[in-house]
Amino acid sequence: MSSSGDLPKPRLDPMHAKTLRRHILPRLKDRLFAMVGLSATLLSLLVLAVLFMDVLGDGLSRLNWQFITSYPSRKPDQAGILAAWVGTGWLMGLTGLIALPIAIAAALYMEEYAKKNILTDFIEITVANLAGVPSIIYGLLGLGLFVRWMNLGRSLLAGAMTLSLLVIPAVILSSREALRAVPNSIREASYAMGASQWQTVRYQVFPAATPGILTGIILAMSRAIGETAPLMAIGALTYVGFLPGRGLFSRFPINFDCLLEPFSTLPIQIFNWVSRPQKAFSVNAAAGILVLFLITFMMNGMAVYLRYRHQKRSRWS
Amino acid sequence: MLNRAAHRKRFLQRVYEGLIERALFGCALFSVLITGGVLSVLLFETLGFFKEVSLIAFLTDTQWTPLFFEKHFGILPLLSGTFLVTAIALSVALPIGLVSAIYISEYASDPIRIFVKPTLEILAAVPTIVYGYFALTVVTPQLQRFIPSLSGFNALSPGIVMGIMIVPIIASLSEDALHAVPIGLREGGYALGATRLQVVLRVVLPAAISGVVASFILGVSRAVGETMIVTIAAGLQPRLTLNPLVPIETATAYIAQVSMGDTPHGTLAYRTIFAVGTSLFLLTFVLNIMGFLLRKRFRNLYE
Repeated sequence: MSSSGDLPKPRLDPMHAKTLRRHILPRLKDRLFAMVGLSATLLSLLVLAVLFMDVLGDGLSRLNWQFITSYPSRKPDQAGILAAWVGTGWLMGLTGLIALPIAIAAALYMEEYAKKNILTDFIEITVANLAGVPSIIYGLLGLGLFVRWMNLGRSLLAGAMTLSLLVIPAVILSSREALRAVPNSIREASYAMGASQWQTVRYQVFPAATPGILTGIILAMSRAIGETAPLMAIGALTYVGFLPGRGLFSRFPINFDCLLEPFSTLPIQIFNWVSRPQKAFSVNAAAGILVLFLITFMMNGMAVYLRYRHQKRSRWS
Repeated sequence: MLNRAAHRKRFLQRVYEGLIERALFGCALFSVLITGGVLSVLLFETLGFFKEVSLIAFLTDTQWTPLFFEKHFGILPLLSGTFLVTAIALSVALPIGLVSAIYISEYASDPIRIFVKPTLEILAAVPTIVYGYFALTVVTPQLQRFIPSLSGFNALSPGIVMGIMIVPIIASLSEDALHAVPIGLREGGYALGATRLQVVLRVVLPAAISGVVASFILGVSRAVGETMIVTIAAGLQPRLTLNPLVPIETATAYIAQVSMGDTPHGTLAYRTIFAVGTSLFLLTFVLNIMGFLLRKRFRNLYE
């Protein structure tokens, strides 16, 4: 902004107290704050860089083909993350299948259908609260509800259902925002053509909001990938010497029993390695973190790209 | 005049629309169902806990040793641990987050903004287990060089790292609030000859204050509920202290610790995690509702 541009030439004696107080000091403070603000903002970037370099320095040498294709082991140099990343993949797939339809449908209802009344207000405040509930509480819910009450055990399915509870509120919030950004004139034009409400939602509003909804989904899933606490609470195993879900097609057509087997995930495996005192396991943890980082960065990059492309191409706003 | 087939088609269409609305409504109700599930699971196990332990002992006993031979069930040590780490985290995150928000919203040029905002998002997306690793293997050893009496597990290092984790939350939510203040208010300030800083401090910030406070509250709520950083780096030793240099345990870390072991279902030790979970839920619930209402009020003011 130009209003604070260069220091104006003081017409009065610069050493005069009043001039100093009214004209010079405020501008100096403004400049000073601009510098403080820039450094505060860059500080977080610096921390990210340090964090990344540190993990890179510790773990890069350990990151090789053997590490990615081995099961966990008591010997740090033979241990790997095979069961962990396959488990993470299964878990995310199942979570997406369970959570996304429910979350998007809920967002469509709340944005497009809901009338303003006490019930919808209540639903809204519930969703906002759920999005802020600590993830470990969802773990307790999963433990009490899925593991014990529904008797699913400490299984892949129980884990996916627990993570779904975490993903649903986040996706509802971001999808609602995307739907809200579709201008009303689109809806009105559709109604004017004689379309029904669902036709309007299905063929106009939803397609227009898709990039925004997709961005929200990717971000929510990338958070879910890194979640450790709720899976620990339901008791996900740390030693898994087999591939989860390997027997899916062992019976015709699909054998769902394999979803009831124990599993491990990348963050759980990393936690297991971090909490051991030996240095060699800490190196393994760093290598595992690098893989986790790679996945998170890729997903976030995808979200940023999607949003950028959408902003460029959108016909409105 | 419409013929029969057209009437029929229209009727079916209406039924179909109604069914879809019902189905979508059902999905929206699902979130209420989840909340109900959380509440009933927590309440059920917590009631079982309080059949064996009195509420007064739970709230006033100064020791928390449910896994030892001599059992004490005072939640104060866990709450003091949570409070201590949260306070440290906020004293890092509040100033940095708010100053960053003001800078990004009021000072930054477009190239900086375009570069900084996605980076903050990535910072917010870093899995917390990574922050835990960072606290344990980098921050604690570095701090020990300056504070020799610092224990290998302590509240200070996870607190600082948690603060760094919360910065993006406070920065982006506060920035949204500052950004939403109408430009006319700022121009009024400039017209009176104010500098940017004066406009920010006396016009924009007061106008956006409910949104900014909401971001603080949500930051507190995140700090209170954060689990992995403290589980890894704070030591898992419940202790009623405000000394940041010794090992402590937070409420979340206790739940994680018990889950790691093989605590049989139905025992008192198993129920303790639900009692602690209920306390945690109530605490974050109050914070979240406060944050939600403040943000809503702010939105109604300017949107």
